Amino acid sequence: MTPPHGIITRIARTGRAAELGLLVFAAVIVTSALVIVELNQNRGITLDLLWYGAGYLAALAVTHLLVRRFAPYADPVLMPVAALLNGLGLVMIHRLDLASVANAAAEDQPDPGLQAPLQLMWTGVALVLFLVVLVVIRDHKVLQSYAYTIALLGFIFLAVPAVLPARFSEVNGAKIWIKIPGVFSIQPAEFAKIALIIFAAAFLTSKAQVLNSAGKKVFGLVLPRIRDLGPLLLALILALGVLVRGKDLGTSLLLFGTLLVMIYLATSRVSWLIIGLIGFAGGAVLMYRLFGHVRLRVDIWLHPFADAQNTGYQLVQSLFGLGTGGIFGTGLGAGRPDIVPYASTDFITAALGEELGLVGLTVIILLYMILTTRGLRTAIAAKDNFGALLAGGLAFSFALQVFIIIGGVTRLIPLTGLTTPFLSYGGSSLLANYVMLALLIRISDSSRRPDKPVSRKPSTPLVEAGTEMVPVVRKHSLRKPSGEAS
Amino acid sequence: MSQQSARSLRRPYRRLGTAVLVMLSLLLVNIGYIQVVKSDEYRTNPANKRTALDDFNRQRGQITAAGGVVLARSVPSDDQYRYQRSYPRGAAYANITGYLSLRYGSTGLENSFNDVLSGDDPALLVDNVSDLVTGRDPRGGNVELTLVPKLQELAYQQLTAKGFTGAVVALRPKTGEVLALVTSPSFNPNPLASHSDAVQKAAYNQLVEARNTSKPSPDVNRSIESVYPPGSTFKLIVAAAALQNGYTPNTAVTGVSTITLPGTGGATLSNYGNETCANKGGSDVSLTEALAHSCNTAFAQVGMKLGADTLRSQAAAFGVGEGGDLGGLQIAPSRVGDMPDAAAVAQSSIGQRDVAFTPYQNAEVVATIANGGLRMQPYLVSRLTKPDLSLLQPATEPTTIGQAIPTSTADQIRSMMLDSEQEMSTASDPALKIASKTGTAEHGADPKNTPPHAWYVAFAPADDPQIAVSVFVADGGDQGLNAIGATVAAPIGQAVIKAALGKS
Repeated sequence: MTPPHGIITRIARTGRAAELGLLVFAAVIVTSALVIVELNQNRGITLDLLWYGAGYLAALAVTHLLVRRFAPYADPVLMPVAALLNGLGLVMIHRLDLASVANAAAEDQPDPGLQAPLQLMWTGVALVLFLVVLVVIRDHKVLQSYAYTIALLGFIFLAVPAVLPARFSEVNGAKIWIKIPGVFSIQPAEFAKIALIIFAAAFLTSKAQVLNSAGKKVFGLVLPRIRDLGPLLLALILALGVLVRGKDLGTSLLLFGTLLVMIYLATSRVSWLIIGLIGFAGGAVLMYRLFGHVRLRVDIWLHPFADAQNTGYQLVQSLFGLGTGGIFGTGLGAGRPDIVPYASTDFITAALGEELGLVGLTVIILLYMILTTRGLRTAIAAKDNFGALLAGGLAFSFALQVFIIIGGVTRLIPLTGLTTPFLSYGGSSLLANYVMLALLIRISDSSRRPDKPVSRKPSTPLVEAGTEMVPVVRKHSLRKPSGEAS
Repeated sequence: MSQQSARSLRRPYRRLGTAVLVMLSLLLVNIGYIQVVKSDEYRTNPANKRTALDDFNRQRGQITAAGGVVLARSVPSDDQYRYQRSYPRGAAYANITGYLSLRYGSTGLENSFNDVLSGDDPALLVDNVSDLVTGRDPRGGNVELTLVPKLQELAYQQLTAKGFTGAVVALRPKTGEVLALVTSPSFNPNPLASHSDAVQKAAYNQLVEARNTSKPSPDVNRSIESVYPPGSTFKLIVAAAALQNGYTPNTAVTGVSTITLPGTGGATLSNYGNETCANKGGSDVSLTEALAHSCNTAFAQVGMKLGADTLRSQAAAFGVGEGGDLGGLQIAPSRVGDMPDAAAVAQSSIGQRDVAFTPYQNAEVVATIANGGLRMQPYLVSRLTKPDLSLLQPATEPTTIGQAIPTSTADQIRSMMLDSEQEMSTASDPALKIASKTGTAEHGADPKNTPPHAWYVAFAPADDPQIAVSVFVADGGDQGLNAIGATVAAPIGQAVIKAALGKS
């Protein structure tokens, strides 16, 4: 690979220089944020901070160099966006650590466990896993051939907490963990989600033709033939069953929404979306009727102040924090985000909103917007339908997850527990998100990579070579707005 | 795959892109609504702890006494809060400054002047906005008090040195400035403002512990919050009423040791120690002699002649029954009580039965006499200032309430009080020109076997009064059943007066 590589870089831009620049930018912002926290908490500014910043930059630099080696044509924006979100999350988790240490000291209680060093450790592990995925999966199309195996493994993994005794699987009333008390705990649903998206992409790619053609028409809706979707529906129902039983409403909603959108992406049929939404509405009403904890969530959403000191406490404190932060925020380290329970996981948006204000949250949501649109762009530019569908599914799941959790924290929709991608404290979530990022980068590398034959004799064939594929790529990147001609 | 079909195959992705933009924009609009439109409502909601915690993160203003002596201030702190509230002069002022506690909220002036001290007062907002622009921390305004530390601390030390439960109030007769407002026992407010929850809890439990026992509560400001029978000090009010109703200082009144109360079937009222008035064998004495020797029989008879209504309206003219507040510190109303029959009037005339005064009320009575009968409005807060020490609002000006007694009557009582001071076993140097009256008040279910409350009210110099004091010592101080105002309370009052006149 190496010999032609040097020649091609001159012709097709890899974007690696841009990536490096953006990564440095992200590291500078994260280091500055850390310095502001320390200043506002009246802690001494030591050289240690510089080391943290440099260490973070070094980890990113190593990742960057390996991306250069193993995915040289990857989208240059994806990695820095994730790094910035991850870094801001680390700073906020560290800041909440300071608060919990101070609170414990004031209460004369023993020092609480620190989350930031753990999250830093998980960030390291996640970056390694990210690189492993890039190195092992040199072509994303291999995943297509193992789709059923992956789906089975994912489902088994997902189902493990349901069979484990509560001691090994229950945290805060949700039976969705695999934990060895005191050692580690993981949330298999995070990984099962990826397995299900890969399976759905493979399955829908293979059935696209059938799904597109067959079906009866009723009231203007083309009704799909259920048997065409059989295996996918079975996988979805099994997964939702396990999740709902474990009270993991957030992940259920995320999986359902992602798969529904993937079916739409594969078939272009709006009728699928409408049927799916009707099904969702029915399911939601059913769950509301059946489960007390679902009713409670809805009640809190409608009337958070009715029981502000008890059931509504968390959401009310989240709103108070956001309101106190206002437009510009209190400043990092100068607010009281620790008042909101679970500020470092589900409610990290409330913590960031309190200290960084509307301005900060806007930037964070714009980062997610960039992450998703770059992911969808990767999908559009993909050379194969499986790659497109996989990238589309992954990208949308980021956006949907952000919508569900931030919407919940800000009382736009009822709250269902989920992590905020890359920001929240949590090893499983971080690992899964970096795996998803690696897959997106792998697909974007293949879609932006000029065809192999070009590199052999670069001087003459440039114009003629790749007459089939190259123009497609260029058209979509250059003529995006006019691409809608029909 | 043709180009056309590739593009149409990807069309749902573009639509999805639009949908994602809409979803995330919805989040932004909602967050904007919370952080802009609803921001104030959420920020100021009483259930929002952040506002209270905020007080520990900004430089709260100072409370100072006369001469700029700092009673409460915020010093930079290096723990989880940015400022530590401290009370450098501690317990002597604790029931005035109060405390600001994370866990237990605020009391005293910390509570009543919270808006000024925290900087939330509308008059301070403009400054704070400019602080925000210049990047300086918003600071609170200051509260300056009329208290004179020398007097306040001397009085506190005098009371606590002997473990007295009591109070001292000192006023400047001509202006109404409160020079001292002391209660004992008191407490150290500093641990309550600690940032450590455990320290706060321990201090608070200690503070309220007395409520469940018979021990005196340290968080009660006896000078203004509690009422006690004023005993013979009430005779000043009876004398004032008498002098306006036909009596002169030389009018003859009874000097017998015991009288029988009318309509009681033989109940009697006696002089202290069952003695005849001024040791004259029971013959008549002048009103001046009766006051100087504090003869009960004489004042009981004078009171009965004047009648309940006259006494009540004279007391009211001195402010009895009004209550009110000093800088937001509530003053309990004093009272003369019901006087349904002549016997009740007789007992009330010597400051017993249902008559109950705050030490503050008694200070107001003597301050008014000292000021020629013109009652001044007492005030504790002299000025409110901004962080830059400019005035937040015009400084407090002395205000008059009205003539409680004619100046001529005040002059007569003044000279009677000068005699009264000199009749005491603990009389002061006549050169100090202290005019005073003592009181020894019975109380409790078994009055004869309960150590009496001791009182001393005075002002000096009589010809140009600079200070009026009221000293109250509960339950006989350290002298038990033998306690009298002259031996227990008077030395404290005299020490405070000497300090005020620079004669100590």
